[in-house]
Amino acid sequence: MNASEIRALAAEVLAGIAPEADLASVGDNEDLREALDLDSMDFMNFVVGLHQKTGHAIPEADVPKLYTLAGLVAYFAAG
Amino acid sequence: MADFLMPSLGADMETGKVVEWLVKPGDRIQPGAVVAVVETHKGAIDIECFLGGVIEDLAPLDVELPVGALLAHVHAAGEAAAAAPAPSPAPTAATAAAVEGPRETATAPRPAAREPSPEAAGPAASTTVGPKLSPAARRRAQELGLDTAALRGTGVDGALTLADVELAATQSRPQAAPAAPAAASAPRAARAGFDPAQMRQAIAAAMTRSKREIPHYYLTSTIAFAAAQAWLDAYNRERDPADRLLPATLLLKATAQALVEVPQLNGFHENGAYRSGPGIHVGWAIALRGGGLVAPAIHDADRKSLPELMAALRDLVQRARAGGLRSSELMDPTITVTSLGERGAESVLGVIYPPQVAIVGFGRVVQRPWVVAGTVVPRPLVALSLAADHRASDGHVGGQLLAAIDRALQSPETL
Repeated sequence: MNASEIRALAAEVLAGIAPEADLASVGDNEDLREALDLDSMDFMNFVVGLHQKTGHAIPEADVPKLYTLAGLVAYFAAG
Repeated sequence: MADFLMPSLGADMETGKVVEWLVKPGDRIQPGAVVAVVETHKGAIDIECFLGGVIEDLAPLDVELPVGALLAHVHAAGEAAAAAPAPSPAPTAATAAAVEGPRETATAPRPAAREPSPEAAGPAASTTVGPKLSPAARRRAQELGLDTAALRGTGVDGALTLADVELAATQSRPQAAPAAPAAASAPRAARAGFDPAQMRQAIAAAMTRSKREIPHYYLTSTIAFAAAQAWLDAYNRERDPADRLLPATLLLKATAQALVEVPQLNGFHENGAYRSGPGIHVGWAIALRGGGLVAPAIHDADRKSLPELMAALRDLVQRARAGGLRSSELMDPTITVTSLGERGAESVLGVIYPPQVAIVGFGRVVQRPWVVAGTVVPRPLVALSLAADHRASDGHVGGQLLAAIDRALQSPETL
């Protein structure tokens, strides 16, 4: 996946968790949890959604790599 | 024939409005079936009916009805369906408690559901707390200098509601008459059944009542979270994201297990006495996007496995935010737990949700210096707190609960 596909995927998953969240307003290196006010349950659902849509296993140790948009792009572009 | 009444969905509810019937007159229903959707300040709630039989005489839609009002008749098998309607019974203990609850949200003045009996206002004028006058209504009447004995109530059994007091106030001041009722009956927010301002007022009313009536005492403990964290990490390592557990699951289960040992904090203070809860139904505090808070029950939390609790939490959070909470979940939490999660504050001292007698709080898990065998080492810690009702228990009992929660979290494999 390229960067714009990964962003679109993240936006799609987020829409089901935080419908009012606007991913376009979030900087590349901002913590998504802070920027979009996602709690532990929200972020877990975000990871579940990414796992289901990409098929990536996303081990728990990798979850902190997904806290920013830059991290998401790096993580899924590499895989 | 039995009466199906407007349930009390918490101490802060005085009225509700049926916005949808999911059954038709003459339908046969099983006990526990969801039969209606009622709009409250907590949003649209699915209402279960715990009667079985043929349902008849459905209450009209979109009419504000008090807690305890007749919603329908249910005829058991073989009963004649055309029996004359029975007079509405007196509210049960649960609904009476709710009627006492203050309501700051005035609804539009409505015609009296029944003729208010003159004696209904009598006890209201005295200083004793009775079901005929809500605390909010009494306080407002005092502020306005109104003699409540002279007012007509439109609540259950002629009880005076805040709306009645406000209406009387506008009538006694003719120049102000149109303003207050017009503002009070303004259309609700677009999102069906949920108005953040209305919820804010309901929370304000319930919490004001709590702080006014409940003599809180507070205890705190710092809990080592290393054992629980290590267990969680091992559990989650080999699992798909959807099967992982959040730390909240362990906190919930540890609290529920501790309440088995210390049942004095799991129940209600009602009518001057403590009543133990029928099970350990933990109200889980959920922040709503856009503001507000609900704490629906996870039933029998002490008897559920960790994966079951995790599934229940996910389901509850989703329904709290998207709609579809059930009446039973709002009616019977026996204690509240508030867990601030990974981005929350370090500690929290809760406000008890009446008529419950305790609220347990967990802060964010933090890395801090900790002394192990005489040496300072970094450790994950969590601040545990209890706010409890001094009418129902003393700090000694509260301390036993905190100690039991601590013990449970040191042996996560037993949760």
